[in-house]
Amino acid sequence: MIKPQPIKPCFHCGLPIPNQLDIHVHINGKNEAMCCYGCQAVAQSIVDSGMEDFYKFRTQPSLKADKIVPEFLQQLKAYDNPQVQKHFVTDGSEQIREVSLILEGIVCAACVWLNEQHLNALPGVISANINYSNNRARVRWDNNRITLSEILESITRIGYLAHPYNPDRQQVLIEKEKKQQLRRIGIAGVLGMQIMILAVAMYTGEWWGIEDTFNQMFRWVSLAVTAPLLLFASSPFFTAALRDLKNKRVGMDVPVALGIGIAFGASVIHTIQGSGEVYFDSVAMFTFFLLSARYFESGARKRTAEATEALLNLQPAIATKLIVDSDGVFDHQKQLSLSVAELAIGDYVLVRPGEHIPADGSIVEGTSGINESLITGESLPVTKTIGDDVIGGSTNTESPLVIKIDKIGDDTVLASIQRLLDEAQNRKPAIAKMADRLASKFVTVILLLASLVAVYWYQTDPEHWVAITIATLVVTCPCALSLATPAALTAASGQFAKLGLLPASANALETLSKATDFVFDKTGTLTQGNIRLVKAVSLDDSPVENHLQIAAALEAGSEHPVARSLIQAAGENTDAGAPIKVSQLDNKAGQGVNGMIENTQWYLGNINYINQICEQHFSASQLAEQQISEMTLVALATDKKIFAVFAFDDEIREEAPALIQKLKQQNKTITLMTGDNKANALRIARKVGIDHVYAEMKPADKLAQVQSMQQRGAIVAMTGDGINDAPVLAGADVSIAMGSGTQLAAAHADLILLSNHVEHLYTGYQISTRTLKIIRQNLSWAFGYNLLAVPAAATGHVDPWMAAIGMSASSLFVVLNALRLTRS
Amino acid sequence: MESLYLLVPLALLIAVGIVWVFLWAVKSDQFEDLEGPAHRIIMDDDDKVKEKTDHESTDKKQ
Repeated sequence: MIKPQPIKPCFHCGLPIPNQLDIHVHINGKNEAMCCYGCQAVAQSIVDSGMEDFYKFRTQPSLKADKIVPEFLQQLKAYDNPQVQKHFVTDGSEQIREVSLILEGIVCAACVWLNEQHLNALPGVISANINYSNNRARVRWDNNRITLSEILESITRIGYLAHPYNPDRQQVLIEKEKKQQLRRIGIAGVLGMQIMILAVAMYTGEWWGIEDTFNQMFRWVSLAVTAPLLLFASSPFFTAALRDLKNKRVGMDVPVALGIGIAFGASVIHTIQGSGEVYFDSVAMFTFFLLSARYFESGARKRTAEATEALLNLQPAIATKLIVDSDGVFDHQKQLSLSVAELAIGDYVLVRPGEHIPADGSIVEGTSGINESLITGESLPVTKTIGDDVIGGSTNTESPLVIKIDKIGDDTVLASIQRLLDEAQNRKPAIAKMADRLASKFVTVILLLASLVAVYWYQTDPEHWVAITIATLVVTCPCALSLATPAALTAASGQFAKLGLLPASANALETLSKATDFVFDKTGTLTQGNIRLVKAVSLDDSPVENHLQIAAALEAGSEHPVARSLIQAAGENTDAGAPIKVSQLDNKAGQGVNGMIENTQWYLGNINYINQICEQHFSASQLAEQQISEMTLVALATDKKIFAVFAFDDEIREEAPALIQKLKQQNKTITLMTGDNKANALRIARKVGIDHVYAEMKPADKLAQVQSMQQRGAIVAMTGDGINDAPVLAGADVSIAMGSGTQLAAAHADLILLSNHVEHLYTGYQISTRTLKIIRQNLSWAFGYNLLAVPAAATGHVDPWMAAIGMSASSLFVVLNALRLTRS
Repeated sequence: MESLYLLVPLALLIAVGIVWVFLWAVKSDQFEDLEGPAHRIIMDDDDKVKEKTDHESTDKKQ
């Protein structure tokens, strides 16, 4: 009797420990069990460097540590190459160098602490700082005492992975801009407080009485403090307003600048005159609130764009090039590590398991599973072999591959995805353009209104006219109006990218959410686009399985898709008998194969090939009877008689029926249009649940049909395979192309589905409706707020400081509302 | 009330000091990582770790 032992998790990573494995590390006075040698090595080196406290502090189990393979360490050496280093290392002096690292495997704050302690304890490391919020490290080291590869290796030793990274110029600019914004907010805050103190003194003085000399002194001091605040902190409003006026536009900074300008100007005049109100406190507060709102807003907008930024980090920094000798053959032994930027078209690179593929290319050696999840959203690795195209940035998961590079730099799929996303986010859809036009008209109206208000109140209440005019100028919030749409769109396209849906045109989202009719192409859209055995017919008395086994034996060595599906089908039906031996196998390319099995010469091939060889011939009626006449057919025969015929067809995508059903539930009309024959089209339509079918259609017919649907008032969303269906896609209101990665550049569609999950189309539809809903909420908020606030201010019910808060809160609300899209 | 002639300039001087400190803080990346220090202060048991690795790590093993 074996007593079942309670499963104890690994002390390091928390995964269950396999039976019979008994390895321990002595940590904090106790022997702790480990699940693998990788975790053991990592835990041991953490203990050895005196940082066992890590295990006390951490709040999450660490990631499972893999054993370090020698190839990996070999690859790290490449980072010592000065040519490679120049891309991301900054030389302080000759030997003091600095690098930014992205750390992988950080799960909680203790990990950061551990890495920092560990790095700082390395001899030769001058300083190491890790940012808790973005897991990036800055390391300075003395190249005489330690090399970069040794630093990276030592991080691996404690169970983390570090890549050097090169912050691009735009990033640097953004960081700089952020600092400048912070400075402005800080100065506006500190100086604003001084001004408020004096303002409180003056207000109470107004109530309780104040000596005129002191009152006047406070005014002059306020003026002295407000002037630098205005010059430094408020300057962005003035420069933006000036730029707008120069371009003969009225942007949203115009009323802001005008409001601040009038308030300050009036206050200065009143101070010099020694009578009348001053508004220095309003100037300070307004500047402070508006700057803070914009700061949070840009932070929030940055978060909405994070999903797209993730793509940028996919490209690896270094690659292993195989050197080609004089006959044009590469040599596995002659490896050269270099930075990806130095790769050229035609180079052969070695990609080891676990590494990213450095650029687009095709496999020339090896077969492996490739994980393209970050590009296509598809989570499972795809098996690829010699001749298949691979996308730069995807991960090799199983075995080493040799890849011939055929695209680099801006031509790669990753770069074009990035470009499409950038463009989609920058181009403004119709609804945003409308909002922009409205906002600009709105500003004009407000400026007119403000001058009317000024004139009116100057005559009725000369003491308060400045305050009321300022409030009117300031309280209006055209920013909410013009932010409402872009903020939501940026968030939505990030969500789309996560699904592997690429919005390539500005109006895609808007139109998709309004679509009433969904039209689908068949091949490659609702079906897989790869061939599968659907029917095997025996033409004599013996069961068809026997024939299938013979056919599979004849095709055993072939890589043709038909052959592969035959072998697969035979494998499913096999009863594990002895394998059939084939001799004198001969392959007639494009026609068929023949071979000898137990003294019988067998032929397997297409109908023409069999008709040439065999005495018996196929008749059209025979095929029609079996309903296979339009499928791909392969027959098995001897020279006398045909024994069996196999029909191949395309497999329906698993998610297609669910997609159709969900769309139907939304009361959408679903139509199938295909160039395929009627029987086949009807069969597929029945299986996925489509009611309207148009078969045997040429591209022009499809287009005509779509146009007639549009005339009936339908908004048509067409899904097709991008290249063959180009004219129809162009004619539809919104087009979705199935872009299998490498054809991306050629596909012209509003949306490109990079993954094979057609169901994501429905999720995309949901996101687009949600986005439109949020845009509508935002716009109605912006209108509602202004409709209430402007009359209130114009009639003198709003103080300038209330106006400042109201306006800042309004634009913040819009951005936060858009952020909801990034959740769920 | 004449003390105001001293106190107001003094307040302004302090404000200038605060602005200077703030600008220095922005310049030296004090606002780059707002989460880290909170964790660091709890976990960092001073220089114990460093000493240990410098002196003991070789003889501590086995």
